[in-house]
Amino acid sequence: MKYSFFPGCSLERNAAAYLQSTLAIAKPLDLDFQEVEDWNCCGATEYISLNKTAAFALIARNLAQAAKADGLKEMAVPCSACYLNLRKVDKYLGEDARLYKNVSTALAAGGLSYQPGSVTARHLLDIVINDVGYSAIQAKVTKPLKGLRLAPYYGCFIVRPGFGEWDSQEYPTSLDRLLKVLGAEVIDFPMKAHCCGGHMTQVSEATGMEMIRRLIKGAVDYRADAIVTVCPMCQMNLDAFQPNMNRFFRTSYQMPILYFTQMMGIAFGMDAAALGFGSEFISARPVLAKIGVEAPPEQPAPKKSRRDDKSLPMPKMGEQ
Amino acid sequence: MTILTVGSSHAASPQAVSKPLTFLEEVEAATPGNSRLSMCIQCGTCGGSCPSAADMDHTPRQIFAMIRAGLRDEVLSSNTPWFCVSCYYCTVRCPQEIHITDIMYTLKRLSVQARKYDDSRAPDFSRQFITWVENYGRAYELGLMSLFILRHNPFGAIRMAPMGMGMVTKGRLDFTPKSIKGIDGLKAILAKAKELEVSNEV
Amino acid sequence: MSEQRIGVYVCHCGSNIAGMVDVADVAQWAAGHLKDRGVVIARDYKFMCSSTGQELIEKDIKDLGLTRVVVAACSPHLHEATFRKACANAGLNPYLCELVSIREQDSWVHTDRAAATEKAKAIVSGGVERVRYNEPLEPLTVPIHPATLIVGGGIAGIQAALEIADAGFPVYLVEKEPSIGGHMAQFDKTFPTLDCSACILTPKMVSVGSHPNITMMTWSEVEKVEGYVGNFTVTVRKRARSVNTDLCTGCGVCQEKCPRRVIDDVYEAGLGYRKAIYTPFPQAVPKWPVIDRENCIFFERGTCKACQKFCPTGAIAFEQQDEIVTINVGNIILATGFDLFDPRRIPQYGYGRLANVFTSLEFERLSNAAGPTNGHVVLRDGVTEPQQVAIVHCVGSRDRKYNNYCSNICCMQSLKFAHLVKEHCPGATVYQFYIDMRTPSKGYDEFYQRGLEEGTLFVRGRVAEVTDAARLPGEEGKLIVQVEDTLAGKQRRIPVDMVILSCGLEPRRGAKELAKVFGISCSADGWYIEKHPKLDPIATMTERIFIAGCAQGPKDIPASVAQGAAAAARVLGRIQQKQIALEPIRATVNEDKCSGCRVCNELCPYNAIVFHADRGVSEVNPALCQGCGTCVAACPAGAISGTGFSNEQIFAQLDGLLMNNISKSSVPA
Repeated sequence: MKYSFFPGCSLERNAAAYLQSTLAIAKPLDLDFQEVEDWNCCGATEYISLNKTAAFALIARNLAQAAKADGLKEMAVPCSACYLNLRKVDKYLGEDARLYKNVSTALAAGGLSYQPGSVTARHLLDIVINDVGYSAIQAKVTKPLKGLRLAPYYGCFIVRPGFGEWDSQEYPTSLDRLLKVLGAEVIDFPMKAHCCGGHMTQVSEATGMEMIRRLIKGAVDYRADAIVTVCPMCQMNLDAFQPNMNRFFRTSYQMPILYFTQMMGIAFGMDAAALGFGSEFISARPVLAKIGVEAPPEQPAPKKSRRDDKSLPMPKMGEQ
Repeated sequence: MTILTVGSSHAASPQAVSKPLTFLEEVEAATPGNSRLSMCIQCGTCGGSCPSAADMDHTPRQIFAMIRAGLRDEVLSSNTPWFCVSCYYCTVRCPQEIHITDIMYTLKRLSVQARKYDDSRAPDFSRQFITWVENYGRAYELGLMSLFILRHNPFGAIRMAPMGMGMVTKGRLDFTPKSIKGIDGLKAILAKAKELEVSNEV
Repeated sequence: MSEQRIGVYVCHCGSNIAGMVDVADVAQWAAGHLKDRGVVIARDYKFMCSSTGQELIEKDIKDLGLTRVVVAACSPHLHEATFRKACANAGLNPYLCELVSIREQDSWVHTDRAAATEKAKAIVSGGVERVRYNEPLEPLTVPIHPATLIVGGGIAGIQAALEIADAGFPVYLVEKEPSIGGHMAQFDKTFPTLDCSACILTPKMVSVGSHPNITMMTWSEVEKVEGYVGNFTVTVRKRARSVNTDLCTGCGVCQEKCPRRVIDDVYEAGLGYRKAIYTPFPQAVPKWPVIDRENCIFFERGTCKACQKFCPTGAIAFEQQDEIVTINVGNIILATGFDLFDPRRIPQYGYGRLANVFTSLEFERLSNAAGPTNGHVVLRDGVTEPQQVAIVHCVGSRDRKYNNYCSNICCMQSLKFAHLVKEHCPGATVYQFYIDMRTPSKGYDEFYQRGLEEGTLFVRGRVAEVTDAARLPGEEGKLIVQVEDTLAGKQRRIPVDMVILSCGLEPRRGAKELAKVFGISCSADGWYIEKHPKLDPIATMTERIFIAGCAQGPKDIPASVAQGAAAAARVLGRIQQKQIALEPIRATVNEDKCSGCRVCNELCPYNAIVFHADRGVSEVNPALCQGCGTCVAACPAGAISGTGFSNEQIFAQLDGLLMNNISKSSVPA
C-alpha cells in the first residue's frame, strides 16, 4: 500500500526514534511511504497564533507539494500536530471561499496551486489500524509484549476535533486495541486523551509542569510500566521534561515514554537499537527487560456468595 | 552566514469599512469559516473543560461574554488566549458547536496587533519559532530555545542546562538549521499572503 | 368553455399584499385581458376574508350569475375553506372556487414591486385557466365506528381511555409491556407535590383494568392498520403470556419458585432483577404474569417447569401461541411515551465505566421503597450511603451534538432528586449543576425555593467531565465533577460519592416504525408531528389519528394528562357526529387504463391503494386517500387522475402562469 509521507520537523532529529521505528515497521506491514518533495514546517501552533492567511498558505504549500505525487491521494502523517494542521487547512480551504482565494493567490506567487480535497492527511495510527488492520498486525507478532502494563496515550490532536471520525474524541480505543493485539496488558488510563501542555513549559512553567505531572501521575496510579504515545510533542513533554517536572514538584517518577511504532517493532521481534531506543530521557531498559517475564498472579478478590453480594448490576458497555 | 530577518508578525492596518464592526463582528470576521460565536449560551462547558483555566485571567466563557459586551481592551489584555493549549476539548464539548479554539487563535492575533498584552513570553515564543520557519522553511529548536531563554529567562538557563545537555547527548538536537530547497518560493508565498491579508480584510 | 362566468377577487390583505403588489392594477388587468377567458368581473378589496369581502363574492354570484370564482389572496391553507363557504352560501358549489396565493408565493418573497405585480397577474391568470376545468364535487360521507384504539398504556393513554370509556364508548388499550402504567409506575415521588407516584397512578390503573368499556391488551403490539377514516381495521398481535388468564389468580407463587433470575432492563432500569416468569411490579394491571421465553429454562432446554409444578390452579400454558386479533375502530390515539437518552454516548460523564454514576431512572428505582434496594439510596456496592451527591442537568439535551431541544422535565426532576437525597441520606451534601433553572408551571418555582431552603448547593455551570483521576488532595477515591462555576467565574473540581445524570427524553426507539404503520409523520427529532404546534397539538395530519403525552414531545405528567383528556374529547366529539364528511379531492384509478403494474401501491404514503388480484387492477380507497397526487404523477399508463387536480386542470394552470392564454390581440397592457 502506497502513501505520501509527511515526517514533520520533529521526526528529523528530536523524534528520530519515531521516524526510525516507523520506517522499520513499514516493511513487514507492506506500507510504502514516499516522502513529500521539499516539504516545509507546518507551523505547529505557533505560526497561526500570529498570522492567518500566511499560516494557511504555509501549510497549503505542503498540500500542494503532496498533490504533485501522481495517484497518491492519501498522506501518512506520524506527528499529530502536522496531521491536524494539514487536515484543518484542507477543510477550511474547501469551506471559506475568501480564504481560499487569498491562499491560492499566495501559492501562485510561489508557482504552486492546490485544489481542496486533493490530498487527505491521515495519522499514521489511523493507517496502521484501519488500512493494515489488527489481524494483519497480530500475524506479525513474534515476541508478544507479555508482562507489560502499558498506558495508551493519545494526546489531543489525533482525536480532536476529530477529522474522519475514526475514533472517539473523548474515549478513544484504537491504540488500546493495538497494544492488546501486541500482547500487552492495557490499563484503562482515564487521562489518555488529555493534553500534554504543548509549549506551556516555556510560556508558563507552573502550568506546563502541572499538565505533565497529571499525566505521569495518572499512569503511575494505574501501575503502568510505560506510556505509549502517538505524537513527538507529547513524547518530548512527558519524557524530556520529566526530570524538570520531578524537580519542580519534588517527585521522583521514572515513567518511560515510548512511541507506538517502537512497541510494534519490539513485538515484531526487531532489535531495540534499530527502533530508536536509547534516545529517551527516562530509560526504557526496565520496560524491555520486563517483556516475557511472567508477572506474579494477582491475588484474586474473595468471591462473595450470592446471598452476601448486594451490589447492583452495572450497565452493559461495548455496543451502543 | 545568512542574515536573519526578524520574523514579522505584521500589524494589520485597521480595516477600511463602511460601518464600524462591533468587537464581536470583528472577531467573527477574523476567524476562518463560520465560528458561530454569537450562538454562545454561556453554559460554561468550555471553562469547565479547559486544562489551563486555573491559570487564566478569565475563563474562555468569560472572554466570550466580554467580547459580546464589546470589552475589546480587557479581552486583548487578558492572558486567556495565550494560555490556550489548543487541546480542543472546549470545541468538541460545546453544545452550540462554537469553534472556540479557532477563536482563541484569532484573539492571539488581535492581541499582538493591539499591543495590550503585558506578558511577552507567549507571543515572543511564537515569534522566535516563526523566524526560523520563515527563513529556512523548517523549525530550528536550538535557535528557538537559546534565543528565547536568553531573552526571557537567562537565569533559568542554568536550570534548563541538564535538559539541554540531555538533548545533545541523546542526539535529539540539530546544531545548525536545515533549509528547504524551495525557500525562495516559500518566502514569496508568505509575503504575498501577508500582503493579501492586509488589503483584503474588508 | 367561454360560457363560464368567472369572478376574480384580488385581496390587499392590508399592506401584506398591497405593499408590494399593485392590486388595483392586477384586478383591472384581469378584467381587461382575461375577459375572453371568461372573466366577467374583477375586484380588489382590502380584506377579502372579512364578512364584507365574502359578501362581495356572494352578491356577485347571485347578481351576475357567476359560475366560477378565483380569489387571489393568502395561502389556501388559511382561507380556502372561508371562500368555499362563501360560495356555498350563495348557492355555488364550493369546489368551483379557487384560491391562488399572491402573498406567500409573491408579495412576501419578492422585493421588486414591478416584477411582483407582473407575477401576481400570471398567478391570477393561472387560477382563471384552472378554474375553468373545475367540476362541482360533493364530499364523501362515511360513518364513524364508535370504538377507539389507544396505543400505549402510560398515564396519557390511561387518561384518554378513562375519559372515553366513562362517556360510554368502547376502548381498546394496547400496551407492549405486561402491565399498563408506563414510566410513571417507575417513579418514586412526583414533582412538585412529592405525591407518591404509584399511589396516584394505581387507582387509575385499577379503574382501567376493571372498566366494562375498556378492553386491555397488554403484552401486545399493533401490527397493521387498514381501512379508512372512521373505519379502521387494526391487527393486534397478543403475544403469548404462556399463562392461562382464565385460571391465573395472580398469587405470585410462580415468580417465587422460578429459578432463573435476569436483570430487569425495563422496569428496574437495569438495577434490579426479575424472574423469567414475572409481573413487572406488584400493583401490575393486569395481574397475570408473562414468561420471558428468551430467558426461560423450559424454552431453552425443555426442563425445569417449576412454575407449572407449583401453580395452584394449573394456569401455566407453555404451548400457548401468539394470538392475532382484528378489531374495528373509528379513531386512534397514539400515546407511546418516551425513552431515556443513553448517557453512554457522552463518555466524559463516565456512565458505564465509573460505578457510581447513575441515570435518572436508576435513581428513581433506588429511591423507590419497592425498588431493588428497598428505598435505600446507596452506591453501586448496594451498601454504602453517599455523603456527597452531584446532580447533573442537561445530559443529552440542549446540545447540537445529541438532542437540540430542552427535555422539559429535567430541572424539576433534579430538584426532586435533591430533595429525595436529603431525605434518604440525612446530612448528605447535594450539588446541582445547571445552565438555567426552568420551573414554569404552578408550584414549580416554589419547589425551587424549597430546594434552596433545604440547603442544596446550586452551581451554575454545565458539567465538563466526571472523572476518577485524582489530581488534588481530597480527590482520591472520589468521583470528581469538573465544571466552571460561571457565577463565581472559576473552574471547580468537586469531589462527590455519587453522580446522578438527569438524562434527556427521546422518542421511543421504535417510534418511527410505528409511525409508518399508522401513516403519520415524525419530526427530525423523532417526535410525532402535531397538526399545528400552537393550536392543535393533539391531532395529526392524518384524519382520526391523534397523539397525546410524550409521544408528541417531552412534557410532565400534568401536561400528559391534559393531552390525553384533550385527545379523548376530540374523539368523543367525532363519535357523537356519527359520520364524517371527507374532502372529495382524491385520486381515482381508471380501471380500463390500469395495467396492474402496482407501481402506485408502494408509493402511496397513506396506504390507500389496494390491488385486486382477481381483476388485475389497483383501486384507490377514497376514504384513506388524502389527495397528495403521488400516484397520479407516478402512474406510467396515466391511468390515475385526481378529482380536483386533473391533468387538464394542471396543464391549464401552467398555461395561465406562462401567459400562453393571452392572445396578441388582447387589450393592450
